[in-house]
Amino acid sequence: MTEPVVIRITVNGVEYEKSVEPRLLLSDFLRNDLGLTGTHVGCEHGVCGACTVLVNGESARSCLFLAVQLDGAQVETVEGLGTAHAMHPIQQAFHECHALQCGFCTPGMLITTVDLLKKFPEADDEQIREGLSGNLCRCTGYQNIVRAVRMAADELKAREVKEAAS
Amino acid sequence: MKPPPFDYFAADSIEAAVQALADAGGDGKIIAGGQSLMPMLNFRLLRPSVLIDINRIPDLAYVRDDGECIRIGPLTRHRTLETSSLVAEQLPVLHEAMGYVAHLAIRNRGTIGGSLSHADPAAELPMMSLLLDARLEIQSLSGRRTIDARDFFLGALTTDLDEGEMLVEVRLTKLRKGTGWAFEEVARRSGDFALASVGITLSHDDGKISNVRIGLMGVGETPMRATDAESLLAGQPFSETVVTAAVDSIRRTVEPNTDLHASSDYRRHLVGVLAEQALSKAWQRATQAAHD
Ligand SMILES: Cc1cc2nc3c(=O)[nH]c(=O)nc-3n(C[C@H](O)[C@H](O)[C@H](O)COP(=O)(O)OP(=O)(O)OC[C@H]3O[C@@H](n4cnc5c(N)ncnc54)[C@H](O)[C@@H]3O)c2cc1C
Ligand code: FES
Ligand code: FES
Repeated sequence: MTEPVVIRITVNGVEYEKSVEPRLLLSDFLRNDLGLTGTHVGCEHGVCGACTVLVNGESARSCLFLAVQLDGAQVETVEGLGTAHAMHPIQQAFHECHALQCGFCTPGMLITTVDLLKKFPEADDEQIREGLSGNLCRCTGYQNIVRAVRMAADELKAREVKEAAS
Repeated sequence: MKPPPFDYFAADSIEAAVQALADAGGDGKIIAGGQSLMPMLNFRLLRPSVLIDINRIPDLAYVRDDGECIRIGPLTRHRTLETSSLVAEQLPVLHEAMGYVAHLAIRNRGTIGGSLSHADPAAELPMMSLLLDARLEIQSLSGRRTIDARDFFLGALTTDLDEGEMLVEVRLTKLRKGTGWAFEEVARRSGDFALASVGITLSHDDGKISNVRIGLMGVGETPMRATDAESLLAGQPFSETVVTAAVDSIRRTVEPNTDLHASSDYRRHLVGVLAEQALSKAWQRATQAAHD
């Protein structure tokens, strides 16, 4: 009963082969089995959004996914976005707009923003707020987060224009 | 918390899934998007012996034009319904309602089959299926059956689905040309479950209201049709008096719960306000269409 299952999964471009218990949550797999503690765990029932990661390119709650379901999948976490020295434009914008205080919600906010701006590159403030409505932040009051997302959206668009021109 | 232990089976066909349900003898659970099931497992409200994953079954996610009706596969994600041009053209009221379902990351995963089977009284899709007179296709080892949405929802989180059954298709009749529609909802935050909401479709027939359907949610153990109000409105010219009568009837028939988010009285008041707004919006759209 409840025998471990071997899965192959690609996380931030690195392929892993791991044996997992069927009940192991993706969030715990990332944090405990792979040591990727950037993905935070707040509520474990889908409400806070802190654990949001990209699964095959789309944002999803890692606390509502079983690792065993992800055989063959591509997962991206906040660790895959950028580094302290080479930040992703969304991270840079959060940094510049003071869009984080304790940082607990930040990984989920960043990953949600990746998906949000992919789906709505022209998002206005209302769409940004709607897009982030599933992510709770207890510190910032959200204003600076919305500003950061807008800044990131502008920066990503500007880059695209530059790339198209070159 | 963490889920209790269970076995995991990734079904590759509907037949394999219903076989696994039968083998589990009532202890098996299908997992679709997992957006309602996983929280229940994490809270240990459920202890299935085996989870039967239907995500790897091919051809279970589709939105198809079938002439009279739109056929929707059970694994169709909320996000797919929300962005489907077929839904936007043929079932605009459903398109509008999808914008209220949960948040982006949850819409990416949650499915229509899961939402109907889970049967949350404040969820949009169960109410939409009732409003639009959906026909649900259900499969088990002993074959297929079809059930009307109005016979499907039995109570909060309770449906007519038997332990060995899987929902395999949802059929919705297209709205006829000229149909007026509206969907109104109030929730605490964008994407939260509704405090109350109202969906309406109706036609403008020579100055009179016809084919009126009113769906309500968040104000009872299941989503419901406001059948008394529907009869009050049918065949009447649109007027303040008849709208007030319909709204009063709705407020009289609903029995909303009091919870953390709103009192019963507040919900009863709210559903009336939303019904009034939805009726006038739907009538405006139908009138506009009649004049086009
Ligand atoms: C934070 C949060 C907010 C939410 N807000 C809303 C909201 O505002 N409105 C709303 O409508 N929903 C909301 N949801 C719920 C979401 O829409 C779910 O996706 C949906 O209710 C269930 O769909 P699922 O595919 O995830 O089903 P699952 O969680 O996989 O399954 C739910 C139940 O249905 C059964 N099941 C699934 N598929 C089938 C099938 N084909 N045949 C038979 N049984 C099946 C499962 O066994 C289980 O019992 C929210 C969820 C969260 C976590
Ligand atoms: S920990 Fe997953 S949503 Fe809160
Ligand atoms: S920065 Fe502290 S919760 Fe958002």
